[in-house]
Amino acid sequence: MNHYDAVIIGAGHNGLTNAAYLAKAGLDVLVVEKNDYIGGAAVSRELHEGWVYSSCSYVCSMMRQSLHRDLDLSRHGLMLVPYLGTINFADNGDTLSSYHSEEAAYNELKRISRHDADAMFRLQADLTRYSQVIRKTLLRTPPDPASFKPRDIHELLFLAKEFWSLGEKELYEYIRFFTLSAADFLDEYFETDIVKTSMAGAGIIGTALGVYSPGSSYILLHHVMGDVDGSIGAWGLARGGMGAISEAIASALKSYGGEIRTNAGVERVLVKGGKATGVVLENGDIISADIVVSNLDARRTFTKIMEKDDLPPGIYEKAQNYKIRGSSGKVNIALSGLPKFTNVPDNPYVNRGGQAFSGSMETMERAYDCWKRGTWSDDPFIESVIPSAWDPTVAPPGMHWMSNFIQYCPPELADGPWTPEKRDQFGQTVIDKIERYSPGFKDLIVHMEVRTPWEIEQEVGLTEGNIFQGELTIDQLLFNRPFPGFAQYRMPIKNMYMCGSSTHPGGGVSSACGANAAREILMDLRRPNTVPQDDCYDE
Amino acid sequence: MNQYDSIVVGAGHNGLVCSNYLAKRGKRVLLLEAGERCGGLASTYEFHPGFKTSVAQYATHLPKRIINDLKLRDFGYASHKLDLEALSPEGDSVSLRSGSLFGASADDMAAYQDYDRLLDKFAQMFQPFWQKTVPPIGNNSLSEMLAFAELGLKIRLMGREDMQEFFRVIALPMYDLLDEYVSSPLVKSLLSWDALIGTKQAPRSPNNSVLHLLYRMQGDSEICVNIQNLVEALTQSAEANGVEIRTAAPVESIQISQESEALAATGVVLESGEAISAGQVISSADPKTTFLSLVGSEWLEIEFTNRIQRIRDRGMVSKLHLALDGLPAFNGLDSPDRRLLLAPDVETIECAFDNAKYGELPEQPVLEVTTPSLSSSDLAPEGKHVMSINVMYTPYALKEGWNVSAREALQESVVKTLETYAPAIRSQILGSELLTPADLESRFHVSGGHWHHGDFALDQLIMMRPTHGAAQYKTPIDGLLLCGAGTHPGGDLTGLPGFNAAREALS
Amino acid sequence: MIVTMNSFDLATEKPKPSHFQPRLDELNIKEAWSAWNGYKFAEYYYEVEYEYFCVRNLCGTYDICPMQKYFISGADAERMLNRMVTRDVTKMKNGRVSYVLWCTDEGRLIDDGTIFRLGDEEFMLTCGSPSTAWLKKSCVGFDNLTIRDRSDDYAGLALQGPTSCAVLKKMGLTGIENAKPFTIHHFDFGGKPLMVSRTGFTGDLGYELWIDAEHAVEMWDALYAAGQDYGIHPFGEQATNMLRLEAGFIMPGYEFNEALKTVHFEFDQTPFELNLGWMVDFKKPHFNGRSALVEEARRGPKYTLTKLDIEGNKPADGSFIYNSKRCTTDIGYVTSAMWSPVVKSNIALAMIETPYLNGELWAEINYEKELRQFHKVARCKIQDAPFWSPERARLTPPSDF
Repeated sequence: MNHYDAVIIGAGHNGLTNAAYLAKAGLDVLVVEKNDYIGGAAVSRELHEGWVYSSCSYVCSMMRQSLHRDLDLSRHGLMLVPYLGTINFADNGDTLSSYHSEEAAYNELKRISRHDADAMFRLQADLTRYSQVIRKTLLRTPPDPASFKPRDIHELLFLAKEFWSLGEKELYEYIRFFTLSAADFLDEYFETDIVKTSMAGAGIIGTALGVYSPGSSYILLHHVMGDVDGSIGAWGLARGGMGAISEAIASALKSYGGEIRTNAGVERVLVKGGKATGVVLENGDIISADIVVSNLDARRTFTKIMEKDDLPPGIYEKAQNYKIRGSSGKVNIALSGLPKFTNVPDNPYVNRGGQAFSGSMETMERAYDCWKRGTWSDDPFIESVIPSAWDPTVAPPGMHWMSNFIQYCPPELADGPWTPEKRDQFGQTVIDKIERYSPGFKDLIVHMEVRTPWEIEQEVGLTEGNIFQGELTIDQLLFNRPFPGFAQYRMPIKNMYMCGSSTHPGGGVSSACGANAAREILMDLRRPNTVPQDDCYDE
Repeated sequence: MNQYDSIVVGAGHNGLVCSNYLAKRGKRVLLLEAGERCGGLASTYEFHPGFKTSVAQYATHLPKRIINDLKLRDFGYASHKLDLEALSPEGDSVSLRSGSLFGASADDMAAYQDYDRLLDKFAQMFQPFWQKTVPPIGNNSLSEMLAFAELGLKIRLMGREDMQEFFRVIALPMYDLLDEYVSSPLVKSLLSWDALIGTKQAPRSPNNSVLHLLYRMQGDSEICVNIQNLVEALTQSAEANGVEIRTAAPVESIQISQESEALAATGVVLESGEAISAGQVISSADPKTTFLSLVGSEWLEIEFTNRIQRIRDRGMVSKLHLALDGLPAFNGLDSPDRRLLLAPDVETIECAFDNAKYGELPEQPVLEVTTPSLSSSDLAPEGKHVMSINVMYTPYALKEGWNVSAREALQESVVKTLETYAPAIRSQILGSELLTPADLESRFHVSGGHWHHGDFALDQLIMMRPTHGAAQYKTPIDGLLLCGAGTHPGGDLTGLPGFNAAREALS
Repeated sequence: MIVTMNSFDLATEKPKPSHFQPRLDELNIKEAWSAWNGYKFAEYYYEVEYEYFCVRNLCGTYDICPMQKYFISGADAERMLNRMVTRDVTKMKNGRVSYVLWCTDEGRLIDDGTIFRLGDEEFMLTCGSPSTAWLKKSCVGFDNLTIRDRSDDYAGLALQGPTSCAVLKKMGLTGIENAKPFTIHHFDFGGKPLMVSRTGFTGDLGYELWIDAEHAVEMWDALYAAGQDYGIHPFGEQATNMLRLEAGFIMPGYEFNEALKTVHFEFDQTPFELNLGWMVDFKKPHFNGRSALVEEARRGPKYTLTKLDIEGNKPADGSFIYNSKRCTTDIGYVTSAMWSPVVKSNIALAMIETPYLNGELWAEINYEKELRQFHKVARCKIQDAPFWSPERARLTPPSDF
């Protein structure tokens, strides 16, 4: 059969979520995926024998628990486990471990600065407050402020009410917080650099902004607003790697009767009379569908798989101007043992978390300066996690798997495109830096895979390898995402929708984009809504 | 019985405007100035024998309303045209004249029309709000809610697409915005300049620069005021309206009493020890100076004090004044009778900013050059000229400190940069004066040496300028008001903070 | 460039030992530990009610090493503190202690604590939670002062109960019987300075002993040697919570949320809501939160913390308060509740919407009987005086038992 009610382009977690909800509502759906595996960037792959790499995304905290529960993902094999805190490494050799236990975390902070240990209580309360408001918007379709439709006005009032509930003073603080740089924001709380850097990493991960750039404090919030079982700011690992998330959603999708076709890259979206009618695959197959949903990023959707002539005027240009910048690299390493780090207590609670090689605020910012100039820093910011310390399924016993996320890595070098040699030099920079904090680290390396934005784009299809499918700056958030006027998942072509992280609420393995898009599609089809709106936890 | 109805602290242009309006309404007003002359950063002084200048060089958007209300033309106020032109060392140039782009490619000139239409529309929309008190956002009265409703309506009335575009464009960095329209590096640096100068923003900094640019687009942006005339006109107009002006009268403290339930300002004490009472004290000093030095934190709330202390007001601009033997010849230019921007592309601007954010001197400074003696012949002896150069970006807190060698290094790099555009200029220099942000702070009593008394950034603007709790000109202390650039709408020589504050003071 | 810093005393997962830890370990036979401000801290040592009666009947010691102790000195110290807290510090004489509150700009309670005036320009501020960041903010504009955080090197031990004065006399603190409530006295303890204040958190006769951490155990031993015949015994957090409730004292985490750690709008409290309006002095010079509190005093607090005597014997923990027996409109909630063994009453502190204070008050109490859950509605009576306030707590000199 080559006709479906809906065809979804791209089997990333949002595409699968979208398809699952459409299938749950009784639609006949097909997900087409260009790779021979599903998951997009939420993927587990055995890239070295015995090791399962979460080769792109590596941790998870934004996965909406109401979706997890609603799609029964646990029954489909998903388990999310919160991991313990992260050790932050400073240029001067000092370390800061963020313990899970409040007492230990306090004593550790106090070792660095009594002032900052106290200030951390306040920061946590403030971030929790900010998160609670923004979290309520994640599973809702952003209102269109230019519209007078009752629903948009209702949603705008909802937003206004939520913000109003903060009280006047906090409302000002919230506005400030949204526009400040991570550095200015953290300066208001802390006096020591190492405490600031331990929080600032969240402000730059995945984004083409520096810690000193206005707007990076929102990115910080975007990374801490997630939670695992209601504990805000906690990060989780998916047992079996990030692919477990995609596999569970795919399993849910299949249980509702949906289909997935791999090795089925889309050549072109078919448009007839201003309506999407299906897709042509790269192998020439034509799949007709009443509805076409793109899980690709906005730039790729409008400039790669659609004809410019099929689009209303201006859309192609909007897609070209859409900010989707490659700024991150990834180095995945198979290790023969657990690395030991200098100046870190030998303590299983500490060593089951992550590591952040941040250096100092200046070091982080200088890495951004390098990115602006089209090169990578000798001293990049690295956020690492060793999931195998928790997850017995991703490496052989006694062996380990380490994910290293590097900020920044340019999509293209000033002196030309990436080459395998340059990519390897980049990887070398990363392990050289880790070796400085963990003498003997390099000797543990069994296998290593280096990904620059170029590799990420080639494999996963994210434009420039941008992990959020587009920058999370104010001009591309909420009703501006991906472009003003098209933030409600409907595309400028009839019967066509977007469901990827290019839409509200953006990246971060939340499944919210896919679910929200499904809600809009079902509304247009006048079908009963199957998508939960509010998160299932009281705050 | 108070000696005065109002005391205005600081005779910068905002203090002059504010006191002038109050006096016009029959108030007994005393204007106190710490320096020898009125005008603050806009005061004209001799920096080299026979050569005079002021730190502030141009006022491109002084509202007509203030000019008319205060009858400034009667007191000698004059204006002339001052275009902005960006030069390349090779002698290429692009310029903005009468709202059009000159010297650029046809594509860029066409794109500029679209760009200008959009921004101009936004600027028009905002225009009335610069002359209004923006109410606080909580516990509003109906009239205050109406102010927001009006803004919302105005945004909506721009039409659906422009409204949508507004919400997107307002947060864009200049780098991205210009990328969407034009392609020539020189055009980009030309168009980005007014969004950046004077504040801590680089082409790639999001959120703040477009609003900054819109602020600068109010009024007629090519009309420039002769600074010396402006200050003299304001002073004479104030005196004519009955303002009593005392210069060389630095204020030591603002007197506060706590007789009733609320705190109230009752007057000032001068450094000389003289106490002067008044029903109102209106400070045009920057918020940090006003609250932390003149009032004292024991009269203020703790978080409020800390918000004031945290105002980001570290200046980024140094000033180099040159006394020149003759008119310098710039490559490809007949006369330097405009604002000359010496920044070949936005990357150069960004790099200069990058150095400064770490407290370093820019490797390649970015310069804005004016020659005020071309429009005011009395600034320099016959045939000689004064050149006034804004040097971006130079940190207030230089890592190594503003010692002699750092100052020399900065001056040398500025002159060297100038030489690539005007090869003979070094030999024309008769004298010079370099004012770093630290110098501006000590010389002109401006915290951080910041032109605008605080960065032009969203978290320090509108109902948050200088901070919530003091953003409607009134402060937590009854009878104490602010009227300086640290209040809405902000810096530059607009007189609007003084104008708005006078309205609040009278209400 | 990485400098290896082996000298770091890296924090561990374990809470820090108290300065009295060797003795606490011996006495805590139930190993019932929790933690407070990063320190190991006893929930109880033997049995809660036993410890409670030790204090009411004999005397007990309570480890207050985890309390925060800030020494604030300098010409601006008085002005800074006076601007921070709601009571008038300028009226405090040297050698006196004052219970104080401090609030946010909006008049919401940040924390309570005590100020010890040690000299004209020397104060000790103690409080339950770390306050360094707030103190730093409070110091902006007050340049002539220094703050030494001695939380970690100054040991404190509370000695509370009717025989406590006798114990201190036996310990050799001559003249301690003349110490009036809220006064500070200095003694020589074998060549080391020992500070004793007549203060406490139990509403009974009691003292607090302060000494440099390195002499803490030595002092403990001397105190316990002296107290042997007077029934001295350590008491933990749970007994303290009973004792303070009888005295009507507020506790963070029960009666109030520290404002700076409060997430939801106005889920913190004002002094007036906590019935501590008497501690807000509008006649003193400006202090933080003053204008908000002036407004609150004028308008009246939304809630008022009220002492309740509840019929029956089932503690009303977590109960809603209603304005009628039908329990249709809830008008408040219980913050702390217990059966008081000394006054034989079912007592509670409750936050009640101020307009309803003059009407009927009913508590809906859930309780358990051999695993089955029950609930009942009990009439509440407002009580103005503390539930427990013996004469001996105020008497100078106090009797020996």
